[in-house]
Amino acid sequence: MDNDKVIQVEGLTKMFGDFTAVDAITFDVKKGEIFGFLGANGAGKTTAMKMLIGISIPTAGTANVAGFDVFKQAEDIKKNIGYMSQKFALYDDLTVKENITFFGGIYGLSRNVIKEKSDVLITELGLQKVANQLVASLPLGWKQKLSFSVALIHDPKIVFLDEPTGGVDPITRRQFWEMIYKAANEGTTVFVTTHYMDEAEYCDRVSIMVNGKIEALDTPKKLKKQFNAATMNDVFLKLARG
Amino acid sequence: MKRFIGFVKKEFYHIFRDRRSLFILFGMPIAQILLFGFAITNEINNVDIAVLDHSKDATTKEIIYKISASKYFSIKQMITHEADIASVFEKGQVKAVLNFENDFSKNLINDHKATIQIVTDATDPNTANTISNYVNAILQQYQLELNKGTTTPYQIVSQTRMVYNPELKSVYMFVPGVMTIILMLVSAMMTSISITKEKELGTMEILLVSPINPFQVIIGKVVPYIFLSVINAIVIVLLSIFIFHMPVQGSLFLLGLESVLFIVSALALGILISTISKTQQTAMMISLMGLMLPVILLSGFIFPISSMPVPLQIISNIIPAKWFIIIIKGIMLKGVGIQYIWKETLILLGMTVFFIALSVKKYKIRLE
Repeated sequence: MDNDKVIQVEGLTKMFGDFTAVDAITFDVKKGEIFGFLGANGAGKTTAMKMLIGISIPTAGTANVAGFDVFKQAEDIKKNIGYMSQKFALYDDLTVKENITFFGGIYGLSRNVIKEKSDVLITELGLQKVANQLVASLPLGWKQKLSFSVALIHDPKIVFLDEPTGGVDPITRRQFWEMIYKAANEGTTVFVTTHYMDEAEYCDRVSIMVNGKIEALDTPKKLKKQFNAATMNDVFLKLARG
Repeated sequence: MKRFIGFVKKEFYHIFRDRRSLFILFGMPIAQILLFGFAITNEINNVDIAVLDHSKDATTKEIIYKISASKYFSIKQMITHEADIASVFEKGQVKAVLNFENDFSKNLINDHKATIQIVTDATDPNTANTISNYVNAILQQYQLELNKGTTTPYQIVSQTRMVYNPELKSVYMFVPGVMTIILMLVSAMMTSISITKEKELGTMEILLVSPINPFQVIIGKVVPYIFLSVINAIVIVLLSIFIFHMPVQGSLFLLGLESVLFIVSALALGILISTISKTQQTAMMISLMGLMLPVILLSGFIFPISSMPVPLQIISNIIPAKWFIIIIKGIMLKGVGIQYIWKETLILLGMTVFFIALSVKKYKIRLE
């Protein structure tokens, strides 16, 4: 396996009965890359992602994530990836600290490491004053940032973000992307789905899925050139209209 | 294991920080047991009775006087014919009729034995039973006084005859029923809600993507409820012993084991419900309609199974609560050991295993 590639996918397919949700997609993602996974609702993004994070078994094809096979080593994959879904998914009725401790524990970190990590994390996010407050009392933007940090608590090789900025104001979205860049600079590979086309411009490379197939895959710059479009939005529209 | 403990700890946070679930967990059992306990009281006061005295002698007069002097009974009517018994009952004037045999005194003196019949209206079985017990107590006392210093004791034999519902089959002892409902509610409804809550909030997905084993997630969610249900069962038993003076005849240990078995079956049902419902509300509705109603209506708790139409009697067999109620009634009221309830226990065990297997299967399918 190419050490430089943390995700290698070939001919990955998922069928639900007669319906092909993901149709033989092939791509790979390099270490430290921010990889944008785009597509309209129902294009098969989420299904594809679920196969990569080990909670859905592919019908055909091969996929290797963080050095492990999705068919045989789903449990090893889970230890090496972080995941943040489009829904805010921390526990509202636990405090900031309890949430961090809980998720640290789930990933098998020792008590000392969790304590250390949680101090660093709380300081970095500027949450010192609310560390012992219930998460329910935080504004959505803060929750979202906390959620991202929690997804990174076990230093995963790859972090999967499923529409992480849905419903967040533009300023927070910006701050959020700064956090993504920081994580990528520190060597974490970021696999992100989004339907904000301006966000696609921030990615190193972008793939666009239409009806279960990857129709385009390249850097935003090259894609715009290829489709003779000014923005990623135009690229997307041209593809979607076929 | 450390992971698992962290998980269970988190569940307890959820429970103790949610006032509503705390109320359901602890407020309701106490409220229910008190409500049922006081509504179905065993005290009687000034119950109207009639007397049919065939002998009209000194002894019967004395007994009648003793009974009317107690605060429990007031003698409403003296009747003269056997046939009047039915009519006073039908008119609803009295709850019981005391029927003294012919030559009561004479029999007592000659044979050392006389008979009195207590006829009670058993449409209200609890009251009927209590009345008969109270009359008997008064008779016993009279007999004691009579026998002071005698060598051959006099014996007043009382025969209780229940009319309208002779075998008292609808006697529902509220404690087994309430205990069943509470355990069902706490175990099945609360777990199904707590699991669907994770699904609804999206945290379940996060947990499934994490290295924690999906079965650990479910067991971790269930453990606190086993613990709390056991505490609830203990509270209910203590309340019934100390407030309602209900004796537990059988083994407390056996009662505990059977309760744990029932709790586990209810938890498995809760997991099953959570696998088929997407939102907390659906889970709650399914629990209420699919579990609580059958438990209340078809388990024999309130309505006697024997007087149901045959199709309902058949359906009642698939309700775990029915078997549990039979089991705990046996242990608590009759004091029987496992040799008398092994069949019911086996049925409950079989159902539990079935529900667990089914929910594991469903849960696995959902994971695919």
